Amino acid sequence: MSSQILHTGTKEHTGSTTGTPATGKPYRHRRLPAAGTVGRYTALAVAAALTLGPVLWTLSTSLRTPSESFNLPPSFLPINPDFTAYQEVFKQINVGLLVLNSALVTGLIALGQMASATLAGYAFARLDFRGKNAIFSLVLATMMVPVQVTIVPVFMLIRGMGLSDTLLALILPAIPTAFGTFLMRQYFLGLPNDFAEAAALDGAGPWRIFRSVYVPLAVPGMAIVGILAFNFHWNEFFRPLILTISEQNFTLPLGLVTLQGNLGTGSISVVLAGVILSMLPALVVFIFGQRTLREGLTAGASK
Amino acid sequence: MTTTSTAPRHTVKPPAARRSFVERWLAMIFLAPTLLGMALFTFLPIIGSLVLAFFRWDIISAPQFVGFANFASLAQDPTVRVSFLNTIVFVVVAVILQLGIALSLASMLQARMPSWLRVFLRSTFFFPLVLSAASVSIFMRYMFNEQFGVVNWLLSLVGIPAVPWLTSPAASAAVVVLVYVWQNFGFSFLLFLGALTNIPKELHEAANLDGATGWKQFSNVTLPLISPTVLVASVMAIISALQVFDQPYVLTNGGPGDSTRTAVMVIFESAFQQLEFGEASAIGLVLTVLILAVTALQFRLSRRFVFYQ
Repeated sequence: MSSQILHTGTKEHTGSTTGTPATGKPYRHRRLPAAGTVGRYTALAVAAALTLGPVLWTLSTSLRTPSESFNLPPSFLPINPDFTAYQEVFKQINVGLLVLNSALVTGLIALGQMASATLAGYAFARLDFRGKNAIFSLVLATMMVPVQVTIVPVFMLIRGMGLSDTLLALILPAIPTAFGTFLMRQYFLGLPNDFAEAAALDGAGPWRIFRSVYVPLAVPGMAIVGILAFNFHWNEFFRPLILTISEQNFTLPLGLVTLQGNLGTGSISVVLAGVILSMLPALVVFIFGQRTLREGLTAGASK
Repeated sequence: MTTTSTAPRHTVKPPAARRSFVERWLAMIFLAPTLLGMALFTFLPIIGSLVLAFFRWDIISAPQFVGFANFASLAQDPTVRVSFLNTIVFVVVAVILQLGIALSLASMLQARMPSWLRVFLRSTFFFPLVLSAASVSIFMRYMFNEQFGVVNWLLSLVGIPAVPWLTSPAASAAVVVLVYVWQNFGFSFLLFLGALTNIPKELHEAANLDGATGWKQFSNVTLPLISPTVLVASVMAIISALQVFDQPYVLTNGGPGDSTRTAVMVIFESAFQQLEFGEASAIGLVLTVLILAVTALQFRLSRRFVFYQ
């Protein structure tokens, strides 16, 4: 819209940029943005439909009776939502136990990461010690090591510690977090120094300054670390696949895959009901922590 | 304010030497959980991997030193070769698609539109990121089913005959890419959205004055300005695509044949199904070297085309 107003300015120094006569030009420019707008909205609508469509299809199919779930054309709006598929999920897999395992693993990892990353991030940001930069680089470097490279020795270590096929095997290795430490360090660097000076004046030692001044201020940063940890580990598949063996230690993603194995005689809707159930916590985090999650995801990229 | 506060500060502060002594101890205590954890679960395993790669070991019998034999057999093992080739093709296609889609959608959102619509679209494109790759792959598997899948049904509406999505090598490779990109483009999208929003409006207005519009403006003004983000987004997209596992494992389990078998799947299979821990470590090391090389190369190339303000 503003382009054709501004565009008249170009004629002053370059004559005509596209060689069109003055009469035809503004006309074309008034129409071009309109055509562009239609194209843009079409593209965005298609992209949004392709993104949401599969999830809506999953939801609608999970609400059909198992026998109807194969029907084509698929009805996107189930007129009479049917919850037998959901009941069937609870019969086939121990949903309660899977949710409990996932919640325990994810919750403890999130808490552990929040605590350890806050401590380490604070040390790197606000405390003085020898070799600080070198140690920090070393911590950051661990982000470059793919989990698959260390998984075999970690698996053996876990066995050696007598933790194989326990939930602790999933929790302990996930607690030290380079990314969380990095985020908390950035967060503490962003807080003003004046508070520490004021507290020091009042006779507070380094521990008191940390505990009473900076920890309360760091809560939003800790929330980012916690939400990111939750989202990542709730959905984690590779490590649980390797580190757990018996079904009583499975987390939700693993349980879902076994549900799929039961499918032979069953229906799609049962599997998809399980998928929808597993998505619910992620959905809640998404709705309530969207901003935090977005900031956390992009924070690491713009260091 | 400055004059009153600086004077007493020097007198009240504990002596610097004592303070730094306490701080040093506190720092050590604060770093202990993270550093001990990393030593145990990252650094020790890296060393373990390096050592293990030179041994033959099935956990049951004693490890046997074999020198470079594991690496030599990698080069000859057709499954390993194919899986690395698959991974590289996957990375190239998936990353180009992911960045292309993300950048076009992010720049389309820069146009004037109601803010509720912008918020809705932003949330929509970022939503798949919060789902688990395993559950996404499960429902996509049914959508791409040859007989009763909704994708083939949609194609039949426009007269395209049923495609054997998950049972033919080329189509299944395409499905793995599509599902992966579907879930991950939102991450690059968020990065681009942030970068584009940060470009000062005056720069585009100035470019407009100089007669640059449309593509010209995008390639000469927008792209150079967001080039640091393009670099970061591509490095991150490549690193994560090199490690793809969940999607091919759940969608196709590497098949048909070896057509969707990736490097990480082979690490998993040789370690935990064939109990060849030495070989698995060797593959892991090759993959790590590949990741480090790609990252180093990108940062080197970036000096030529990335512009920092």
